[in-house]
Amino acid sequence: MADIALRDVEKYFGDNYIIRKLSLEIQHREFLVLLGPSGCGKTTTLRAIAGLEDIDSGEILIDGQPVQSRQAADRDIAFVFQLFALYPHLTAYENIAFPLRATKEAKSVVDQRVREVARALRIEALLDKRPSALSGGDMQRVAIGRALVRRPKALLMDEPIGALDAKLREEMRAELKHIHLQNEATTVYVTHDQVEAMAMADKIAIMNEGVLQQVGSPADVYQYPANLFVAQFVGSPIMNVVNGAVRPGDGCTRVMLGEDDAVLRFPSELYHKVVEHHHAEDEVAIGVRPEGVLVARQSTDGYIPVEAHIIEPLGPYDIVDLKFGKQLLRSRTASGYVEKAGDVVWARLDEKQTHFFNTLTGESLQIRL
Amino acid sequence: MAHVELRSITKKFRRHTALSDLSLDVADGEFFVLLGPTGAGKTTTLRLIAGLDAPDSGSILIGDADVGKWSAAERDVALVFQYYSLYPHYTVRENLEFPLKSKHRHFSAEEISSRVGRAAKTLRIEHLLARKTDRLSGGEMQRVSIGRAIVRQPRVFLMDEPLSNLDAKLREILRAELKDLQMKLGATFLYVTHDQVEAMSMGDKIGVLNHGRIVQVGTPYQIYNQPRNTFVATFVGSPAMNLLSGVMRDRRVVVAPGKLEIPVQGEVAPRLAPGTERLTLGVRSEDVIVGPGGGLEGQVYGVENHGVEKIVTLKVDEHLLKATVPARMAIAVDSTVPFTFNPSKLRFFDAQTGANLGSVKEEVNHG
Repeated sequence: MADIALRDVEKYFGDNYIIRKLSLEIQHREFLVLLGPSGCGKTTTLRAIAGLEDIDSGEILIDGQPVQSRQAADRDIAFVFQLFALYPHLTAYENIAFPLRATKEAKSVVDQRVREVARALRIEALLDKRPSALSGGDMQRVAIGRALVRRPKALLMDEPIGALDAKLREEMRAELKHIHLQNEATTVYVTHDQVEAMAMADKIAIMNEGVLQQVGSPADVYQYPANLFVAQFVGSPIMNVVNGAVRPGDGCTRVMLGEDDAVLRFPSELYHKVVEHHHAEDEVAIGVRPEGVLVARQSTDGYIPVEAHIIEPLGPYDIVDLKFGKQLLRSRTASGYVEKAGDVVWARLDEKQTHFFNTLTGESLQIRL
Repeated sequence: MAHVELRSITKKFRRHTALSDLSLDVADGEFFVLLGPTGAGKTTTLRLIAGLDAPDSGSILIGDADVGKWSAAERDVALVFQYYSLYPHYTVRENLEFPLKSKHRHFSAEEISSRVGRAAKTLRIEHLLARKTDRLSGGEMQRVSIGRAIVRQPRVFLMDEPLSNLDAKLREILRAELKDLQMKLGATFLYVTHDQVEAMSMGDKIGVLNHGRIVQVGTPYQIYNQPRNTFVATFVGSPAMNLLSGVMRDRRVVVAPGKLEIPVQGEVAPRLAPGTERLTLGVRSEDVIVGPGGGLEGQVYGVENHGVEKIVTLKVDEHLLKATVPARMAIAVDSTVPFTFNPSKLRFFDAQTGANLGSVKEEVNHG
């Protein structure tokens, strides 16, 4: 039961910042995911919250109380690592019960707590087994059980399912989220996998090179990325980004992809919004996710002819590379909609799903049509 | 370029059978993906074709020649590994030239230079030619490794998980590049991976391998829509296909009496052997349709945001199943929602063996 707050937290080695001016509010019972590429400072941030790492400046508060001077053990926080740190000579039961040994609880209370946690994690049948007899997924369940059994205020997890295979990760994702909901603890979860972050988080904090890029709900960061880094880090396939320009047209704004490789008609308000936000510059980076590239098999008003290149059939849908002149944009279509490479189809960009970024800073111009 | 054929290959390592009675046909100019979990025998298969190992029985044909007695060099195939085996103190150009300067080959300096130039252009690494390989990023190193295979102009390219050490974004980019490269070269590719997305997106054909046996060969579309058994059904596709065990009662598959009963009348009905009533029902998440008028009800166990869509886990009794819904649909954990199945997309599997039973409709279609 904890609110966690970070205020202007910094950490550096010499001139190298690991974390730079990081402020973050994590509410009670929230599932916050720290997302970023390796070396972005996410694990250091998590370890600082746990008290496993000192910070150079700023404050970390748990339930409003600064905790920098408190030892890790006194923060009432449980930590789960990527590699299951279990005692090999103890059974799953004994591993889960281990943190309660020091609490001097009655045996019956310990037993009840262990079984409760085991039920939630669906490992009741495995309690007598040693770690060596368990699969990777089950070992990680035991490790999580050991963290939960103390009923900590907050649960911190560092890529807890990163070492498991794809199918098991998919299952564990749903289970971990379910456990979080049942457990009513605050969870801070670190990963470099954007699918995991999107799937599990109430709120995602995206970091790059020690700097917080954006905080928001999965829907927010997906639909309204703050900058090009977030736009291309979140979402798969990657958001298409093409440098281009916007020009006023006849009752419309003309959006040019590349050096007028393709010209698309957008609402006339777009040009004014770009100029307003963008210091009268008309050069922009145009971003659109594959589902925002709309495709028709016949010539349709507002659509331009494009040539299909590689088609990736992914099962429920296809990803089709379309040549807008020299610019390649990927589109998500119904399975089999575009038949083969070389076919000509018609396409346009959905204005509600098209993003405009400053070409120099990468910041989103925050234009919503 | 050449086609590759494996006929009844068996390979044992001491008492462990790595491959049993494996037959495979890779057409000339085809992008063939061998897909399977760790330990399925994928790498062993590649090594046999490359001539790095010999099978215990069966034959290997490249072009139309049986290459069983040929050395690795004579087979003229190129292997690209997961770990880029580049010479660290040499430049990219030197690394690319290396395979052309071996004793067995006699290329003129001009020929070498022209081949290296063309490969570098194809892979867009021309600007890196003078750089030492230890100064390259992972993606660049893998491009150079592939370049080393290209310059030789081998008859077949064998690739062993070449993208698996790269991060997700780079994998996505290189996936498209590799497919593009294969199309441009018109080359025969045999590509090994455990990643079903790679297999689906790149392969003209996929061979699914498990425990040293080929389970199914088909186009990505066939593998996804008509999986031969429950292994293929759950290994290919994300999220994995929902599998529910039930019994046939009165033209309905009963999974949970009164709560999860699915009518399977007429053409949709499974081809069950007489006297059998147990079966496994398979349905992909995109064919579980959440919305009013569904006829079935489930409690929302979890909701995952996937950007363009959400994946909802529904609980009916003790059964969990996943449904894909549009991202815009508001759906709360613990609420009860109506749903139904797309009847034409139901798949039926034998409860014991997991084999696809097919449906009456297919029987009609196939005569």
